[in-house]
Amino acid sequence: MEINKHYFDTVIIGSGLAGCRAAIECINHGTVGVLSKLYPTRSHSTAAQGGIGAALGNEEEDSPEWHTYDTVKGSDFLGDQDAIEIMCYDAIPTIIELEHMGVPFSRTPEGKIAQRRFGGHTREFGKAPVRRACYSADRTGHAVLFALYEQCQLKGVRFFQEFQVLDIVVENNAVQGIIAVNIKDGSLHVFESKAVIIASGGYGKVFKVTSNAYASTGECLSMLFRQGLPLEDMEFFQFHPTGLYGLGILITEGARGEGGILINGKGERFMERYAPTIKDLAPRDMVSRAILTEIREGRGIDGKDYVYLDLRHVDRKILEERLPEITTFCKIYMGIDPSEAPIPVVPTAHYAMGGIPTDNDGRVLRDIDGSVVEGLYAAGECACVSVHGANRLGCNSLLDTVVFGRRAGKAASSTLKTATKGKVKKERISLIADCVDMIRRSNGRETVASVRRDLQTAMMDKCSVFRKEEELKVLLDELQALKERYKDISIADKSNTFNTDLLEAIELGHMLTLSEVIASCALQRTESRGAHCREDYPKRDDENWLKHTFAFQGDKGITFKYKPVKLTRFKPEERKY
Amino acid sequence: MSKYYTFKIKRYLPDENPSTRWDEFRVKLNSMERVLDGLVKIKETMDGTLTFRKSCAHGVCGSCAMKINGQNRLACQTLVKDLPETIEIEPLPALPVIKDLVVDMTMFFHKNDKVLPYLINDEPPPERERIQSPEDQHKILESITCIMCGSCTTSCPVFWADKEYLGPSALLKAYRFLFDTRDRATEQRLEAITGEHGVWRCHSIFNCVEVCPKEIDITKHILKLKRLAVKKGFTGGEK
Ligand SMILES: Cc1cc2nc3c(=O)[nH]c(=O)nc-3n(C[C@H](O)[C@H](O)[C@H](O)COP(=O)(O)OP(=O)(O)OC[C@H]3O[C@@H](n4cnc5c(N)ncnc54)[C@H](O)[C@@H]3O)c2cc1C
Ligand code: SF4
Ligand code: FES
Repeated sequence: MEINKHYFDTVIIGSGLAGCRAAIECINHGTVGVLSKLYPTRSHSTAAQGGIGAALGNEEEDSPEWHTYDTVKGSDFLGDQDAIEIMCYDAIPTIIELEHMGVPFSRTPEGKIAQRRFGGHTREFGKAPVRRACYSADRTGHAVLFALYEQCQLKGVRFFQEFQVLDIVVENNAVQGIIAVNIKDGSLHVFESKAVIIASGGYGKVFKVTSNAYASTGECLSMLFRQGLPLEDMEFFQFHPTGLYGLGILITEGARGEGGILINGKGERFMERYAPTIKDLAPRDMVSRAILTEIREGRGIDGKDYVYLDLRHVDRKILEERLPEITTFCKIYMGIDPSEAPIPVVPTAHYAMGGIPTDNDGRVLRDIDGSVVEGLYAAGECACVSVHGANRLGCNSLLDTVVFGRRAGKAASSTLKTATKGKVKKERISLIADCVDMIRRSNGRETVASVRRDLQTAMMDKCSVFRKEEELKVLLDELQALKERYKDISIADKSNTFNTDLLEAIELGHMLTLSEVIASCALQRTESRGAHCREDYPKRDDENWLKHTFAFQGDKGITFKYKPVKLTRFKPEERKY
Repeated sequence: MSKYYTFKIKRYLPDENPSTRWDEFRVKLNSMERVLDGLVKIKETMDGTLTFRKSCAHGVCGSCAMKINGQNRLACQTLVKDLPETIEIEPLPALPVIKDLVVDMTMFFHKNDKVLPYLINDEPPPERERIQSPEDQHKILESITCIMCGSCTTSCPVFWADKEYLGPSALLKAYRFLFDTRDRATEQRLEAITGEHGVWRCHSIFNCVEVCPKEIDITKHILKLKRLAVKKGFTGGEK
């Protein structure tokens, strides 16, 4: 077996916002290789629509302190306040720097970066919505990602596009490197390094209806978990209230920021009942529950399982200028013009609050006591700092990726002088090669597609917006059965060239592992907080649960440990809007 | 409402057979489904070896560009209900095929690299954002929506004849920076696009405009580039 070897001081997995921002930092200090299973600018960050948050105060008075408070409250007090404060104060220089790098932000009449409203972002500690989201029409992710990728090119970052990482090698409590396959020809490659930064994005694909891309499968998280490293707060998965009905394609919260309202089958603006002060601009967890409650109580449109997002009263010019992309989506996929007809929407699986636990500089934690894995970093959606706690506010994720991508890059670079070069053992490479071969040669009775479909359906039915004990237990049994079925799969494509059949099979194995973690975490948390809504425990329980879940792979299944939430300025209070 | 469609797909499986063939699949799809859904269904239930790129599934990442009934389009943005019952699918033209519908885009991306595709401004940055009026932002608005899907360049007859030709996408990229008020590399970039295989090769055939899934009027942008080049005295190469 021929193995291609590479060395870079820093290896980065993922070329979304977090990966590219980290790379820009690291390239000033050593060599950098970035791997992505897609072409870099096709990373999921490119799909982000509505905006990136920062209290620039360009359109009205704002302050990082208010941003901090909103984020803490939005997180249902599970976010770590020290990390949140870092993010909200770093936000301003971060956005200015992005602008200098060339991001084509939309502009105010005076030529400053334009800002609009987003859910849960308020002035003066909850008084009224505030314009905090910086945007480039409704293609903010695309605009920022292109600029970051372009700056990487300018600075000489090496990209390995369409390379899928199969293993992240951690031995003796230090990262040694990674093993990847070149999708184009199936060749195996080993990248040794002093530091590895994981920026592999989210994993919404474990759910049936999602705004996430096909590539958002989360295998890198599972690779660490299977080696005994923890995952944090996996029970918190955000459903975005406004996914296009039947498709899950996102309609940005920016649409409500520009004045869109939600209406039920009786034509009522129902958010007035759930969040009297900020109504349709309440945080996502609340709006998602409100929509599903309306539907459950028979007030969906024509008694069916969706509600309307109404933009008909919004000036056509605003739609054209600030929301052109979603206007096009509505036309292409639903055959409707949002200035003439309301848009049918339901919540769609959207964002992973949980992930690889890190400290405020992106160092990967191996336990609740703050001990770290040497040389290993994580940032972006795959990581849990935690700035989003139990519920992320819109436009805080893009911010998280750049702020903590940069910090992780900085921390990784600062240790390069003294760090030792990693070594990936031959046996480890053979092990991976054998696993790949085994799947390639498999000739069982199950197909990847059928197991995956059943997994996604089960997760959607039993572990989405509302959860209860019996259902989660049934789900865990189903997941066991699916794991058995997975052992009996076969794939049709046995070739080396661009074998997506094989790679999807590998991803599915990891999706099964992750789903089990999500479901187990959801079962153990007997309270409702943020996006985690347990119908059998409807109240938030600060006495017992104001803490982060760390899930570990034990010999006899998943075990849990808990880490206190870092509270600094803001005491938990009831979350009313 | 669902209905049967026949997908005629041009196959190339190099590990199996060095020549291409056409395969036919019959799939039932409802009126909301996309060509991409059809391809996924075929891969999942009929032939796992069928290979194509995909990611976002709603026309924003540029992965799934391919030739559908003779025209370059995004499979995830083309609804089957708008097509005849027989749907013919081939890889993007004029690029080497890796497998089935997957083409090697290296050549395409290299063209971008040639136009200095990044904002260049070595002046010390101000403390706040560089001011840019909404009108100035509008000048680049269309050009920044390009998702680099490759549909335009691979539909251009000039590119078919001259593989060195920068092509619509790379020229659009050059426009994006040349008309950004914050950029300072006008001369360098004009130099890069006014050579033998540059902007003068565009004969306004409009294929690129026809196929662009983002409805960018690329030819208009290229014309503006030509005008700027003349104005700045970069008139070299073919005219
Ligand atoms: C439709 C949509 C709209 C959104 N809008 C907003 C918004 O307006 N504002 C906001 O703040 N947030 C928004 N979000 C959330 C935000 O976009 C994401 O959380 C963020 O972009 C994630 O960035 P990332 O860099 O962590 O990962 P990604 O951009 O997802 O990148 C992941 C990278 O990892 C690579 N990768 C993964 N696994 C492997 C592997 N095994 N081998 C090699 N490479 C691998 C991928 O190829 C990719 O390059 C939105 C999300 C969606 C889905
Ligand atoms: S200009 Fe249009 S067709 Fe060409 S690469 Fe960009 S999006 Fe695709
Ligand atoms: S899959 Fe992203 S454009 Fe089609």
